[in-house]
Amino acid sequence: MKKIFTNARLVLPNAEQPTQGHLVVKGERIAAADDGKDGESGETIDCKGRLLAPGIVDLGVFAIDKPAFRFGGITRAALMPDQAPILDLPAMIKHNAVEGKPDLWSHPIAAATKGLKGAQLAEIGLMQRSGAKAVATGRQWIADSGIMLRLLQYCKSLDLPLIVHSEDAGLTGDAVATNGETATRLGLASATAAAESVAIARDIALVRETGAHIHFRQVTTAAGLELIRAAKSENLPVTCGITPAHLLLSDIAISDFRTFARLSPPLRSEENRLACVAAVKDGTIDVISSGHDPRGPEDKRLPFAEAAPGMAGAETLLALSFTLVRDDVISTGRLFELLSANPARILGVEAGLLKAGYEADFILIDEDAPWRVDTRKMAAAAGNTPFDGLPVQGRVTAIYKGGRAY
Amino acid sequence: MTSQKTASSQTFPAGSDAFPHRHLLGIAGLQPWEILFLLEEAKQWVDLNKKSSKHADKLDGLTVINAFFENSTRTLLSFEIAGKRMGADVVNMHAAQSSIKKGETLIDTAVTLNAMKADAIVIRHGSSGAVQLIADKVDCPVLNAGDGRHEHPTQALLDALTIQRRRGEISGLTVTICGDVMHSRVARSNIYCLTTLGAKVRVCAPPSLLPADLDRFNVEVFSNFDEALEGSDVVMMLRLQNERMNGDFIPSPREYHYLYGLTRERLQRANDNALVMHPGPMNRGVEIDSEVADDLENSAITEQVEMGVAVRMACLDILTRKSRGVEGWS
Repeated sequence: MKKIFTNARLVLPNAEQPTQGHLVVKGERIAAADDGKDGESGETIDCKGRLLAPGIVDLGVFAIDKPAFRFGGITRAALMPDQAPILDLPAMIKHNAVEGKPDLWSHPIAAATKGLKGAQLAEIGLMQRSGAKAVATGRQWIADSGIMLRLLQYCKSLDLPLIVHSEDAGLTGDAVATNGETATRLGLASATAAAESVAIARDIALVRETGAHIHFRQVTTAAGLELIRAAKSENLPVTCGITPAHLLLSDIAISDFRTFARLSPPLRSEENRLACVAAVKDGTIDVISSGHDPRGPEDKRLPFAEAAPGMAGAETLLALSFTLVRDDVISTGRLFELLSANPARILGVEAGLLKAGYEADFILIDEDAPWRVDTRKMAAAAGNTPFDGLPVQGRVTAIYKGGRAY
Repeated sequence: MTSQKTASSQTFPAGSDAFPHRHLLGIAGLQPWEILFLLEEAKQWVDLNKKSSKHADKLDGLTVINAFFENSTRTLLSFEIAGKRMGADVVNMHAAQSSIKKGETLIDTAVTLNAMKADAIVIRHGSSGAVQLIADKVDCPVLNAGDGRHEHPTQALLDALTIQRRRGEISGLTVTICGDVMHSRVARSNIYCLTTLGAKVRVCAPPSLLPADLDRFNVEVFSNFDEALEGSDVVMMLRLQNERMNGDFIPSPREYHYLYGLTRERLQRANDNALVMHPGPMNRGVEIDSEVADDLENSAITEQVEMGVAVRMACLDILTRKSRGVEGWS
């Protein structure tokens, strides 16, 4: 059955701005996405001038949370291995790969080491055979450089990307904030922001050695981004990501011991925040993801240092990212490279682009629809967002996975 | 020993305008007159505490709960004595007895304490911000008796009262705070208190124990103790918080004493008759030599303890005025 989505503004690959046109879907795949001049026949759906963009591919979530993903326009989510139990066995990968289907595809990410302890390599090859599209160190940093080298060699041989958390644990210790006036005022254990660049510098040296693809899941400092920029200019296979929280908030947001703003890595200084925005603009940052980690009151209604890090980000990912377009930091086309095309490319899946032959995962968006972030009304499993009360613009009005509306 | 000069020329707004806060969670954000008002009120209790009969009946029938989630002897005792001298029924809750050990959350505990209809709750907790978390959940005034490395407001007030009594004015004095500033709630509260009252505050610590961006707190930062001491009127030593250190922050107590220990010889660099203070308990021979600590002329360490009771009596009195229906405090 052919479906034709007409009167849409399509976010096409390599186009800065949306193109007026139509999208043709045959079965679960896109048959055409173009300006719509050729006559097509089939079931016609009038998109009423809405933005039609590829479904968001959320790289590195900590929970499969379908209501939140649907609200946020997320059609595929790569699940971090930090689950209970940890995704370090082929059976776990297989089990999690079917979670969410048919309306959501979950891509479980294999744990790099057994139990994510950083000591012994996990069965990466077997997990790949079970469906893992990437490997990750989880919330941890691998301190042992020897293990890291062997891990990268292994990932290279299997052509799997390694997603890493970059904070030197020796420097971070028990820190829950970044060194600075706010942490000092609040009396919170804090660590130098250089914990990030130290970790990135080592890993880039090992990428140079092995040629393996590293994706730095969240880079949040000017120094860290400068290292990535330099590595990219060397044509090293390095990519990196960020969350809207690190683009829009600085460490001042943790004032009053606000545990919803307790994130990992912690929020940085305003200078670093501005460096992150600049890195989105100049192309250093490849991915914007939600880092979705819904946490209930039992994890968050605690003293700051005892609260779990993380935010429920899936619902706000698109609307918050749209501010970058409105502020003229990036174009709409570039936004969906960050949200959809690049994460899909890193995972090696034929999605994230409105392109013939690709999975028909797409969303219709009313870019101007205003709404207010409200922790009490969120669809997510928990409403732990540091953006509570913020008025935002841009809302998903329809979500299609494999050509079917959900 | 008490200075002839007084700080009582200050006039305060009437009634609750002099201290319009429900809780005492920290010194940060308090106005200078609010701090001076607390100090002025504490002075009357200093005199009472010297009498043979130390009873006041202001808090008769009121219940004060001292909820200490972190070990303390001195502060707990000081609050207990303060409450009892004011006539309150004082109940102490130690962490070892609390349901926290059984997995209850801090907020559950706060709700429980609230249901017991306490008239004031004094809280000490090992986590910064924990006291504020409880204060947001209870109906009665909450006094922070120390939360993590955040604040310890009554300690700063008793230190200020001690300085005021010994030196008259705090404004214009040079006060050097030396030691483990990173882990010290006493240092933070004292920095806010003393700078708000117009003192020139110097902070000295090994670089590994200096928190970031301290120069933004209106203080001068030193890592050389000898330099920091030059021209100081007050030398406030801090305890090495060994229990809060995760990993090595100093090479050894011996080296620490060599670089940062307050000896009689080193004290010569400060102004004549510089006041020596320490919040206790002291690591003698590490941050301070016994001959300096026990010097009757310069050391105000026992007087600090004495002032602690008076300050806490004043705080309990002021914070319960509204519930007691004191005129002007509705």
